[in-house]
Amino acid sequence: MSAHPAHENAAEAHHAHSHGHDAGHGSFRGYMIGFVLSIVLTAIPFWLVMGDVIDSKLFTAVLVMGIGVVQIVVHMVYFLHMNPRSEGGWTLMALIFTLIIVGIAIAGSLWVMHHLNTNMMPMTHEMMKTMP
Amino acid sequence: MSATQVHDTGEKPTFYLTEDHHPENSTMLGFWLYLMSDCLIFAVLFATHGVLGRNYAAGPSPADLFDLSLVAINTAMLLLSSITYGFAMLQMERNAKMETLVWLGITGVFGAAFLALELYEFYHLIHEGAGPTRSAFLSSFFTLVGTHGLHVTFGIIWLVTLMVQVRKHGLTHENRRRLMCLSMFWHFLDVIWIGVFSFVYLLGVLG
Amino acid sequence: MHRAAYETILDDPMFGDISLTQFLFGRLTWEAIPYHEPILVVTFAVVALGGIALLGLITKFKLWGYLWHEWFTSVDHKKIGIMYIILAIIMLLRGFADAIMMRIQQAIAFGGNEGYLNPHHYDQIFTAHGVIMIFFVAMPFVTGFMNYVVPLQIGARDVSFPFLNNFSFWMTTGGAVIIMMSLFVGEFARTGWLAYPPLSGADYSPGVGVDYYIWGLQVAGVGTTLSGINLIATIVKMRAPGMTFMKMPVFTWTSLCTNILIVATFPILTATLALLSLDRYVGTNFFTNDLGGNPMMYINLIWIWGHPEVYILVLPAFGIFSEVVATFCGKRLFGYTSMVYATCVIMILSYIVWLHHFFTMGSGASVNAFFGITTMIISIPTGAKMFNWLFTMYRGRIRYEVPMLWTVGFMVTFVIGGMTGVMLAIPPADFVLHNSLFLIAHFHNVIIGGVLFGLMAGVVYWFPKAFGYKLDPFWGKMSFWFWQIGFFFAFMPLYVLGLMGVTRRVSQFEDPTLQIWFVIAAFGAALIALGIASFVIQLVVSFFKRDELRVTSGDPWDGRTLEWSTSSPPPDYNFAFTPVVHDHDSWYDMKSRGYERPLEGFKPIHMPKNTGTGVVLSAISVVLAFALIWYIWWLAALSFIALIAVSIAHTFNYDRDFFISAETVTATEDARTKLLAERT
Repeated sequence: MSAHPAHENAAEAHHAHSHGHDAGHGSFRGYMIGFVLSIVLTAIPFWLVMGDVIDSKLFTAVLVMGIGVVQIVVHMVYFLHMNPRSEGGWTLMALIFTLIIVGIAIAGSLWVMHHLNTNMMPMTHEMMKTMP
Repeated sequence: MSATQVHDTGEKPTFYLTEDHHPENSTMLGFWLYLMSDCLIFAVLFATHGVLGRNYAAGPSPADLFDLSLVAINTAMLLLSSITYGFAMLQMERNAKMETLVWLGITGVFGAAFLALELYEFYHLIHEGAGPTRSAFLSSFFTLVGTHGLHVTFGIIWLVTLMVQVRKHGLTHENRRRLMCLSMFWHFLDVIWIGVFSFVYLLGVLG
Repeated sequence: MHRAAYETILDDPMFGDISLTQFLFGRLTWEAIPYHEPILVVTFAVVALGGIALLGLITKFKLWGYLWHEWFTSVDHKKIGIMYIILAIIMLLRGFADAIMMRIQQAIAFGGNEGYLNPHHYDQIFTAHGVIMIFFVAMPFVTGFMNYVVPLQIGARDVSFPFLNNFSFWMTTGGAVIIMMSLFVGEFARTGWLAYPPLSGADYSPGVGVDYYIWGLQVAGVGTTLSGINLIATIVKMRAPGMTFMKMPVFTWTSLCTNILIVATFPILTATLALLSLDRYVGTNFFTNDLGGNPMMYINLIWIWGHPEVYILVLPAFGIFSEVVATFCGKRLFGYTSMVYATCVIMILSYIVWLHHFFTMGSGASVNAFFGITTMIISIPTGAKMFNWLFTMYRGRIRYEVPMLWTVGFMVTFVIGGMTGVMLAIPPADFVLHNSLFLIAHFHNVIIGGVLFGLMAGVVYWFPKAFGYKLDPFWGKMSFWFWQIGFFFAFMPLYVLGLMGVTRRVSQFEDPTLQIWFVIAAFGAALIALGIASFVIQLVVSFFKRDELRVTSGDPWDGRTLEWSTSSPPPDYNFAFTPVVHDHDSWYDMKSRGYERPLEGFKPIHMPKNTGTGVVLSAISVVLAFALIWYIWWLAALSFIALIAVSIAHTFNYDRDFFISAETVTATEDARTKLLAERT
């Protein structure tokens, strides 16, 4: 770095600055792509459930959740402008860390509570639904 | 970090900067961290719904209660408000104060429409005897969806406050930063809503 | 069917039937004032007289303006840090009073003797003791240190969000005020410090106790979360040039990990308590026994927060020990890199062990095995840290000053606590030890031996930084030895009792053979009381001997990190020029490579302005909480609206900073130059 003439450094710094600026906003094109994608990705799961398209409930459920995840990524990229460079990578790192914790909390709770229910309240889901 | 300022080779290393040092602004990172913490509040509510969401206590189930077309319209409102907020941000980029305000206003209207539909749904459910006290499923449903709605409400209050501030002070540096924070908040609520309609409504109706 | 709060209104045939008093005061009546409890009346008298005397003194010496302008509204991280620690010390006295009352009760309540505390009162005391010690002693203590030390260690002039810092402090204080209020108005929870439902639900705890608990923690929790966000942003964004992550001092590293834990767990506590309050106020069925609720879900959720919380407390203590060991052995910390990685590994692992708090509740073998193993794995990085400290001491020039005594005391005590922890991590063993006094002995062993000893070491270590004079070493040593010996007398008997099967939270006993152990434990508590008294005497004596103990150099211990490079106490702006860092022991590096203090060329320094908004918002939050606790709905609505209005009004203030002029900076630095010259 120190080998570069001073003005080049300044230009670089300026470039880096304006780039960070861009990362916060996105473009018309970006917003439109995000919007169209999210409409499609919203419409499909609603259609799958409302239209009773697939016989297997499990498969439908997996599809709905999968498309949900894809749509979350679309929103993150096109609306929240997530990329590995914004804020020196810290926003992405914080997001990944949070997602891990969210995953641990939700999956862990479901796992723990499922075993607890099986061991302590031996009854089927159907019984649970109708139990007063 | 500022690699240019550190010369570690000479006999006498630099131990302080003689010129003014301006650390980067932390607001965007700080706000993002706040959103992450909010994300965990929702994680608890989703986990609770995941665990208790099928305990109907001999009461109504999602298939009995949810009107998916209403939810679809609601989702559309939120998606539209998202893209209009995006347009507001693009106008802010162009430094067009009036246009920014108009798009922000439209965003607020969509947000309010979303809230109105949600309140209608809640009113309808409670009226049918399916209020939050009826079963654990309904408790977790009302709390999860209601917390999201509460966030949207605060978002709208914040939006109005910012509109007044932009009107009064223009698109100053400070106001731009605030608009960007609200933008993150608004789009973040979208992301949560994706989880809500997929996990609570669609999977709920699916049974 | 249980009655939720809102039903108290709706049950009345017509809204108009509620009497005016009921409307104005909710369920608050004269009955709520515990004048029939002599202990509380005496306490109240003492607190009231003390309080009036204090307020009188402040008024007499016309200190209100000074306190308001220089402290309460200050956004200076150093002053906020000190205020956090003062709050923690005050609450320590309250929490310890609870502890000694329990020890006396358990030492005498045998056979026919019921002791002097009825169960109703005793249950409130053990709940209050736990809540206060964790949330209002350990947390503010730790946060206070992080606030004070981290910006100085990274060469910054303040935290990222100075106003938020002030607001966080006042929210924590607001929470403490709410908890203290329960002593004299109404009652506190009788549920244990985590308020498990269904006991804490509306059916079994209809009074205000649990509501005090909930709102005290919620108000303080806002402060804690925001302060965590603030410090992460500070560490990420405000480090001095040259300070890469692997050149950060270890205390800053542990603070970073602690704050990440705070931001990623306190929301879980907030949400869980919110669900409990919905059960109590609205009548939902999350944790009830009927209509599909599941109390176990609460226990699951609260421990997802609760276990990382333990590491939130102990990681900064580990950081303090690392600084102290390196300084007082005159050596670089052994294994800096492994220390950093060990901290990060502990941070991650602390999220996947929570179930070990409820092995006995029926998750079965597979789940218990998983969580037992992860729990045992945590002891590996912790053990690595212990060896790092030992190897730092090995062949070092150890100076056994008071902070180092606390550190050595910690190493001995904490390892015992860690080993009993591994015993508890074995699920079959836990089935025997769960809920016994063995568990109580274990966690006091790690929290006193780890967290509290660390905080005490930190107080003695950084006190000269904050006030410009050292603490008197004689009383410091007295305090240490009383604490250390008192700890073993107080808690070793509890291990024995726990192995004999005595359970926790019991106020009276039948078996007279147990009594001797409780008497020994009470004796230990008395020794600890002397330790606390010595600490207070140490503060007073040092204040009067301050000229003798004065530190003019700013660097009394031959320190190694940046905070010792500036004057003691540091100027408002911390550093006249931003330091440039080349090593993780940067001040040691500067000293050994011929650093010369800059004497001229000072520039104006950009600083944030003080503001009273934090105090106002916190005061309104306390009123809101009080109104919610006592069902005074009109006041709740009013204060909620006020809260939002004040917040919005605050955002209309764009004038938030000012410059310290170059002349002021020059004058301050010249004064220090003169002082340093006089010394030599």
